[in-house]
Amino acid sequence: MTPLLEVDRVSAGYGAVQALAEVSLHVMPGEIVTLIGANGAGKSTLLMTICGDPKPRMGRILLGGEDITGEATHLTMRRGLAQSPEGRRIFPRMSVYENLLMGAEALVKGDPKPQLEQVFTLFPRLKERLAQRGGTLSGGEQQMLAIGRALMSKPKLLLLDEPSLGLAPLVVRQIFGAIRALNAETGLTVLLVEQNANQALRLAHRGYVLVNGRITMEGEGLALLARPEIRDAYLGGGHG
Amino acid sequence: MSASDRGGPQARDVNRPRPSSRLQLALKDALVATAVAAALFVPLVALRTDIGAGGGLALRFRWKEAAILCGLVFLGRLALVLWTGRRGLRPSTAPGPWTDRLQQAGRLAAPAFLAVALVLPAIPGIDRYELDLGILVLTYVMLGWGLNIVVGLAGLLDLGYVAFYAVGAYSYALLAQYFGLSFWICLPLAGIFAAFWGILLGFPVLRLRGDYLAIVTLAFGEIIRVVLINWASFTGGPNGITGIPRPSFFGLPFSMAGGEGTFAGFFGLEPSVSHRVIFLYYLILGLALLTNWVTIRLRRQPLGRAWEALREDEIACRALGINVTTTKLSAFALGAMFGGFAGAFFATRQAFISPESFTFIESAIILAIVVLGGLGSQIGVAVAALVLIGGFEVFRGLEEWRMLVFGGAMVVIMVLRPRGLVGTRTPSIALGKKRTISGDLVGEGR
Ligand SMILES: Nc1ncnc2c1ncn2[C@@H]1O[C@H](COP(=O)(O)OP(=O)(O)O)[C@@H](O)[C@H]1O
Ligand SMILES: [Mg+2]
Repeated sequence: MTPLLEVDRVSAGYGAVQALAEVSLHVMPGEIVTLIGANGAGKSTLLMTICGDPKPRMGRILLGGEDITGEATHLTMRRGLAQSPEGRRIFPRMSVYENLLMGAEALVKGDPKPQLEQVFTLFPRLKERLAQRGGTLSGGEQQMLAIGRALMSKPKLLLLDEPSLGLAPLVVRQIFGAIRALNAETGLTVLLVEQNANQALRLAHRGYVLVNGRITMEGEGLALLARPEIRDAYLGGGHG
Repeated sequence: MSASDRGGPQARDVNRPRPSSRLQLALKDALVATAVAAALFVPLVALRTDIGAGGGLALRFRWKEAAILCGLVFLGRLALVLWTGRRGLRPSTAPGPWTDRLQQAGRLAAPAFLAVALVLPAIPGIDRYELDLGILVLTYVMLGWGLNIVVGLAGLLDLGYVAFYAVGAYSYALLAQYFGLSFWICLPLAGIFAAFWGILLGFPVLRLRGDYLAIVTLAFGEIIRVVLINWASFTGGPNGITGIPRPSFFGLPFSMAGGEGTFAGFFGLEPSVSHRVIFLYYLILGLALLTNWVTIRLRRQPLGRAWEALREDEIACRALGINVTTTKLSAFALGAMFGGFAGAFFATRQAFISPESFTFIESAIILAIVVLGGLGSQIGVAVAALVLIGGFEVFRGLEEWRMLVFGGAMVVIMVLRPRGLVGTRTPSIALGKKRTISGDLVGEGR
């Protein structure tokens, strides 16, 4: 079976900064894959590079077997790829409904209604708050909105950048539960980037560890979690 | 203390300082403000150079004037701090009771303004002078609405908008001069040329935002003006272009002769200068309403929503697969096009244009209209244009104090309503009942 996403020895960065060095990973259809790494490891850069901004300096990126390296971002996003970016980045002065519709812009054809219904089933809270301004939502609701907005384009592959950032443990569990349900019920493939290794690796089928722009470890989620290096590096300081 | 009780809801602070320390704080604050003022006024006011008896420069001291100004600053700041009950003003962006009322008034205001604008020439007592003023205000309303697309909706700070106004004006003037084309053919051409220049400006600034964008657009506006001045063989240079043809009423010229084939003759009217003025008035009203209509329509379409999303968060737009390049270029092009229309109108109305009409101060005034009106608000922009341009006219008698009055008025408005006169945003689309969204608390899109 061809992987849905294949990142093949990709290097990328900004100006003189080299953020990714020969990163290789793959995501099979229907999988949840978690990438963990400390602050500044290059996780966000990797997700953005997959979306084509910044462009990779070396290496190839394949989506469903097709080479998308160097393609314009807005074209790549029409190939069934969606991202909930780091820090949620919802549109603060626009209503929840408008925010969701912005996610459907990359839907080349068709009516956004079925997607909207799917988002409402997943996050009923958003339906209650449709007319509310995005910026007035709570952190958890904003994260739901960011994920919902990404789902509006009917993606095959969902990229999630630190959805647990700054959220209370209960809310994180809720969000991760929704991701798991989405994967189980619709078969949506997910590439999840996290610093919160414990919960994120439990959720994942497989995981990778990114250190200073290089992949240092990979394996099954729970197996990775059992490794002492992981426990020391990512679960210290009172995580669960 | 009565001052603290009058501070409104925001002043109901748990940690309100005790009255004595309040006064101390206020005094300290006022002294700091006075020190800043003194640092400015000593070189600006107290030291003055005059041409001396021998023809050289002589230094004259004006300590008294500087002291008076510093005293005014001290008293003003003290009163302000005591009145608002805290150091510095907490601007009222939270939706208070009057936000709602303002919104309701706003809903009625738009149709009321439109009705008045439509019947204005027929109102008794409205004469040539008032109509000319109306034309001027409407020109700025249109320019404000045009710039509002770029700055208010797409969030691209453009300090060189006057360049497109100039391109439109010169397009018509030159096409008429060299090819004898009529106004009605030149009007769309002027818009197209301006839009073309808008795209030309848009390309190099695609990756710029905020202050960098502002500087480049500012330079662009100046470049266009400098080219107009220096390319004298083509544009007439600083002397400008005279004898620009006046518009005709669909082929019927306005003429005092009043013979066959003129406007007055065709309709069997007494020839009058006011015919042309009334015609120009309705022409600019129509152009302004066209700008407004297109903007309102586009705001409800994906393109208009993409503009607003771009203003809120460009990175999010990229992550959502929105084509940021075309979104920005379309905003520049459309804004520029309406600027070009307004420019062509300006040229035909004045019958004379020169680079002097397209200086940076024009860009600044148009931007002030957009910002004062509330970025993105159509009715706000119209009201701001009326207040600003109408106010300039009404206070003409104040001579050089006029600028001071307006500077002060703008500062007061921005302090009290930092999001402009209409700081609320109505969603462009809603499921079920529409609700307005006020501009409180949330910072401008990063
Ligand atoms: N826009 C940018 N310009 C320059 N350097 C950047 C930019 N974004 C990230 N970096 C740098 O790239 C490296 C990786 O950052 P990032 O991908 O954000 O890490 P993570 O998401 O893992 O915290 C860091 O050293 C960071 O400073
Ligand atoms: Mg990151």
